[in-house]
Amino acid sequence: MSIWEYANPKRFMDTSTRVLPVLVLATFACLLVGVIWGFFFTPDDYRQGATVRIIYLHVPAAMMAINAWVMMLVTSLIWLVRRHHVSALAAKAAAPVGLTFTLVALVTGALWGQPMWGTWWAWDPRLTSFLILFLFYLGYIALWAAIEDRDAAADLTSVLCLVGSVFAVLSRYAVNFWNQGLHQGASLSLDAEENVSDVFWQPLVMCIAGFVLLFITLVLLRTRTEIRARRLAALLMRERMA
Amino acid sequence: MIALFLRDVRLAVRAGGGFGLAFAFYLLVAVLVPLGVGADGAVLARIAPGILWVGALLSCLLTLDRIFALDFEDGSLDLLATAPIPLEGVVLAKAAAHWVVTGLPLAVLAPGLGVLMNLDAGYGWLVASLMIGTPALSMIGAFGAALTVGVKRGGLLMSLLVLPLYVPVLIFGAEVVKRGSAGLDGATPLMLLAGITAGAVALLPFAAAAAIRVNLR
Amino acid sequence: MTVTLGKYALPVLGSYAATIVLLGVLVAVTLWRGAQVRRALAAVEARAGDE
Repeated sequence: MSIWEYANPKRFMDTSTRVLPVLVLATFACLLVGVIWGFFFTPDDYRQGATVRIIYLHVPAAMMAINAWVMMLVTSLIWLVRRHHVSALAAKAAAPVGLTFTLVALVTGALWGQPMWGTWWAWDPRLTSFLILFLFYLGYIALWAAIEDRDAAADLTSVLCLVGSVFAVLSRYAVNFWNQGLHQGASLSLDAEENVSDVFWQPLVMCIAGFVLLFITLVLLRTRTEIRARRLAALLMRERMA
Repeated sequence: MIALFLRDVRLAVRAGGGFGLAFAFYLLVAVLVPLGVGADGAVLARIAPGILWVGALLSCLLTLDRIFALDFEDGSLDLLATAPIPLEGVVLAKAAAHWVVTGLPLAVLAPGLGVLMNLDAGYGWLVASLMIGTPALSMIGAFGAALTVGVKRGGLLMSLLVLPLYVPVLIFGAEVVKRGSAGLDGATPLMLLAGITAGAVALLPFAAAAAIRVNLR
Repeated sequence: MTVTLGKYALPVLGSYAATIVLLGVLVAVTLWRGAQVRRALAAVEARAGDE
C-alpha cells in the first residue's frame, strides 16, 4: 500500500468518498470549538483590546494561504515528474481555495489594522508580499482557464507554479529590503519568547486545525469535481465521435 | 544561435515595430506623469526613480508578445524546435534580441527622460541599473510569452503572469536609482539586481523551452 | 457569557462577517459546481448506458 495508489482516479474517488464525511464533521467541530472558544471565552488583550479576537481568523487564513501554494508546488512537481492526473487536478482545485484564504487574511488584516495602526493598509513587507501572492494566485488561475487542452494546461501551470515559487520567495526578501515593517513578528514559533500567551494560543491552535481541515475538505471536494468534469468531457467527446 | 539572434534583431528593426515603439512609449510615460502629477519639480524628483523604472518595465512588456507569437503563427517556431540547436538556446537568442531592441535603447536614452523628470543626480546609477536589470525583464518576459504563445489574444493574460514576476527586479532597480539620486552608494541593490539577472538568464531558458515544447505538442 | 467588544465592535464583527461571507461563497461555489458536474455526468452516463 503506497500513496501512489491514489494516482488512480477510481481509488481516489472511493477513498475520498469514505473519508469526506469524517473530514466534514471534524472541520465543523474544530472551527466551531475554536471560534466560539476564541470569541466568547478569551479575555481582551491589554494593548489590543477586543480586536485580538481577529487573530483566530487572520493567522490561520494567512498560514493556509501560504501552505496552499506549497501544496500546489508539490502536486505540480508530482505531475511533472510522474504524470499522475489526480495530482495536477488537485493543484488546480487548490488554487481558488488559496486565493480565498489570501483574501480573508488581507481583509481581516485591514479591519484589524484600521483601529490598531490607524490605517487600513500600509506598504509593510508582509502585507505587500501577501498582495503579490494574491496576484500569483490570480495569474495561475487565469492560465488554467485560458488553455483549452487539459494536459497542456496542467503542464504550463505546473511550470508557472515552479517559477512563481522561486519569484515569490525572491519578492518576499526583496520587499523586506525595500521597506521596514509595521507588522509584528510571528505569533507562533517554537522559541517560546515570541509566542502569544497561552490564553490566546490554545483556541488559536484549534482554529488553525479547523482551517487545515477546511482546506483539505474543500480541496478533496473540488478535486472530485475536477475528476468528474474530466470524465464528462471524455464521454462527451466519445459521443461526438460515435 | 548568432544567426538567429541577428535575424530577430533585423526583423524587429525593419518591421519598424519594436525598436522605436518601446522607446516612444517610454517617452510618453515620462511626459504623461508630470502632466498628471503637476509640474512641481521637487515632487517629480522624488518620484522620478520609481516612474522611470515602472515606465521601462511597461515598455518592455508591450513588445513581449512579439518574441514568439509571430514565429508560432507562421510555423517557424516548429522549425526552430527541430533545428540542431537546443530550444533553450533559441529562447536565449530570442530574449537577447528582444533586449537589444528594447532594453538597451531604453537604458541608453533614459538619462534624457531623467532630465524631463527633474532627477537630481545619479544618472550613472540609472543607466547602470537599467543596463543590468532589463536583461532580466526580457528573459522573464520570454518565459511569459512562451507560456501564453498558444493562447489567442494572450496579451492581457501574459501581463497578468509576467508583472508579478517583475516585482523583485523593479524593487531593486528603483532602489538603485533612488539611492543614486540621493547621492548615496547604490552598489548593494545593484549587486542584488545583477544576481537576479544572472539567475534568470541561467535558469529561465529551461522553463521557457519546456513551455514551448508543451505548446508545440 | 456576554462579550463586551466596546469601541472595537465594528472591526471584530466585521472581520468575522467578512470571513464567513468569503468562505461561505467559496463553499457554495464548490458545492454548486460539484452538483452541476455530477448531474451532467450522470445524464451522460445514463445515455451511454442506453446504447
